[in-house]
Amino acid sequence: MADAATTGAPGAAASRRLQHQFESPAQQKDAASLGMWIFLVTEILFFGGLFLAYTIYRWENARSFAHASLHMDIALGTINTVVLICSSLTMAMAVHSAATGKKRLLIGFLIATMLLGGAFLGIKAVEYTDHIRHHLFPGPGFHYTVPADARAAEMFFSLYFAMTGLHALHMVVGLGLLTTLLVMARRGRFSPEYHTPVEISGLYWHFVDIVWIFLFPLLYLIGRHLK
Amino acid sequence: MSDHIVPVKIYVSVFVVLLVMTATTTAVSGINLGPWNTVVALGIAVFKASLVVLFFMHAKYSPRLTQIVIFGGIFWLAILILITFSDFATRGWLR
Amino acid sequence: MSAAVHEPEPQEPRVNYLNATYGIRSWLLTRDHKRIALLYLASITFFFFLGGFFALLIRLELLTPQGDLVQAETYNKLFTMHGVVMIFFFLIPSIPAVLGNFLIPMMIGAKDLAFPRLNLLSWYIYIVGAFFTLWAVVHGGVDTGWTFYTPYSTATSNSQVITTAVGIFITGFSSILTGLNFIVTIHTMRAPGMTWFRLPLFVWSHYATSLIFVLGTPVIAVTVLMVFVERVLHLGLFDPALGGDPILFQHLFWFYSHPAVYIMILPAMGVISEVVTTFSRKNIFGYRIMAYAVISIAVLGFLVWGHHMFVSGQSVYAGMIFSILSFFVAIPSAVKVFNWTATMYKGSISYRTPMLYAFGFIGLFTIGGLTGLFLATLGVNVHVHDTYFIIAHFHYIMVGGAIMGYLGGIHYWWPKISGKLYPEAWARFAALVVFIGFNLTFFPQFILGYLGMPRRYHAYPPEFQVLNVMSTAGASILGAGYIIPMIYLVWSMRYGRNAPANPWGSTGLEWKTTSPPPTDNFAEPPVMTEDPYLYSREEVEIVG
Repeated sequence: MADAATTGAPGAAASRRLQHQFESPAQQKDAASLGMWIFLVTEILFFGGLFLAYTIYRWENARSFAHASLHMDIALGTINTVVLICSSLTMAMAVHSAATGKKRLLIGFLIATMLLGGAFLGIKAVEYTDHIRHHLFPGPGFHYTVPADARAAEMFFSLYFAMTGLHALHMVVGLGLLTTLLVMARRGRFSPEYHTPVEISGLYWHFVDIVWIFLFPLLYLIGRHLK
Repeated sequence: MSDHIVPVKIYVSVFVVLLVMTATTTAVSGINLGPWNTVVALGIAVFKASLVVLFFMHAKYSPRLTQIVIFGGIFWLAILILITFSDFATRGWLR
Repeated sequence: MSAAVHEPEPQEPRVNYLNATYGIRSWLLTRDHKRIALLYLASITFFFFLGGFFALLIRLELLTPQGDLVQAETYNKLFTMHGVVMIFFFLIPSIPAVLGNFLIPMMIGAKDLAFPRLNLLSWYIYIVGAFFTLWAVVHGGVDTGWTFYTPYSTATSNSQVITTAVGIFITGFSSILTGLNFIVTIHTMRAPGMTWFRLPLFVWSHYATSLIFVLGTPVIAVTVLMVFVERVLHLGLFDPALGGDPILFQHLFWFYSHPAVYIMILPAMGVISEVVTTFSRKNIFGYRIMAYAVISIAVLGFLVWGHHMFVSGQSVYAGMIFSILSFFVAIPSAVKVFNWTATMYKGSISYRTPMLYAFGFIGLFTIGGLTGLFLATLGVNVHVHDTYFIIAHFHYIMVGGAIMGYLGGIHYWWPKISGKLYPEAWARFAALVVFIGFNLTFFPQFILGYLGMPRRYHAYPPEFQVLNVMSTAGASILGAGYIIPMIYLVWSMRYGRNAPANPWGSTGLEWKTTSPPPTDNFAEPPVMTEDPYLYSREEVEIVG
């Protein structure tokens, strides 16, 4: 099973990386994977608090929320959703490349994922700038066209900025992780026997994609049928 | 975590389905289905998320413990949202 | 006796985890779970005495009915800082970060936790969070109550809300990472033969606690983040003036903060199981039930948070559901008390200091727990909510329960941790002082609360003075009781008798290795071949 991408015997790369508290590479890998999944559960609960706030306030202000969401740019939102789905594909392919020892493909897919992530953030920056220019950032500068809906609309935008802002922060962290992986991959640190960091970073990246899969309909699509 | 390597074909198929569902959810959102709009939108989101979890995140090929952990996270989120919501929803029920 | 367990011959501990490497860097950059436990021990002890200092000022003010020692605004800061420091920087980390970190790898037969560097990072995160809170204390403190209800905390309060919020947010990640580390360790690093139902109950308790760490703490983290965002960026999420709902804050806050109390008590229950079996020389009564009980408490504990909100405006219907669920969560706790008692029945009891603390725990936790049932009753709750009855209730559990469990555990494992024996006579004396001081401090508060004295007020009607004076007198005695162990434990590190590997004649893998243990815990990786708590009926000499 040894591949040109690895040096030495198949098990050697993995054993070199075996930390002293573990008995075997398999145990270490299981532990890392379980650890990342548990961390993602904490992230579910972390974002969950904001989803709860959204649920309650949307239930109490259904109509106003729907109208407020019409201020979202549906095209940009859909494009961003597509961008993240593509990035999940490239991330999954990156893991696949690491698992099959294809170093160049791994590097390529990591770069692709990073570019797509950057594109997402760029589009979000465009949207944010647009909202702020239209006085839709909550606070003293908030100005809404329908005075009767203003309070609920400001609540909608508070949740919008809080949830997408937190999501964007997680994307930035994800880009940091990918950068680290890129450096490690270029130095030939990964092999079919050892590519755990790529796998668990992949889990994190997919999770951030899933959060957006829920944010998109809840923030962008709820008002369209009332138009 | 299993050493199962998922075939590229599966990744690409899942990717295509995700794109199709994204187009669908955007398109359907413009049709007035009343309260069903929310149900459809969330249903599609859950379906997309499930595909990502099962195939991109390898949950389908992971040990039972991983699947329990995933279920636990979702279940606890449900507790948070449903029970809190039940307070707001029942405010008028008993004086 | 335990010949079936493959045990290495305990050696003279010439090189152990304490002296294996020298210098401050070898401690501050350690990956050894035992050294990290001691780093935590030093930190939380500091915060315990800081929180105690605030308590002292509170009790001094309450000696007289008038608010004459400090102004009302200052008093608000005192009880807030007392709560914040004691809960977030002492009680929540205490047993898990000190005893859990030290013992769990040893109890399961591993060399360390799954993620040693993450463990060290947890401590540094704790320190950074603590630093923010200390900064807040020094720069005027916080006056919102440890519960920092909105909109006061987000809109009105002029105190260091943001800094404290940041401190709590950061420290929360310390808890999350510790819980994650424990769960992964217990799942993946048990020694050969160490099946789930051969684990010591101390490990089960910490597993259950870790579930709460991981599932609950993120919610308080996001809640604190939302408070920050509302206060700093004016994103109105809880402020009624901006369309927000303060009750939503309370739901989010208590979703974590109720399970948090189980974070504080479950580890102590784990300690009690170990101590009671050792000093009754008997197998635990109902091992599996005890294990299931801690898991049930952790799970059910997530379903009852609304019992803190009965008078908040929460729906009465929801209140009823929370009330009945709160009754249910008492059942596994009660089962544990029955089982400890049954363990002691016809056992060979020895009244060493850890056992004295265990007795204190069982009695005081029972009282505190039973008063919890009063509070779960909607009608009674309306009468005693926000009175001293509540304060007495939770101090019985957190001080009479959790802190006694902590002290019992510290004494029980002191020989293993330090390689020294503490002076038993002084230790027993201190335990007695603590017990007397505790009851004198907090029992009068049940009466005060029932009679209507509200909490968080620095002045009260004159007819309450006698009971308040008793309470303050008790607090002084309690304080003395806490200082005494500080002195003799430190003294013992230098002048105490050397401890053998197993001074109490306990079962359990941690007693199979030297006192103190080597850095890798065991000379050879152990194999577990028998159930826990298999105490023989022979007389065994207990050293110490």
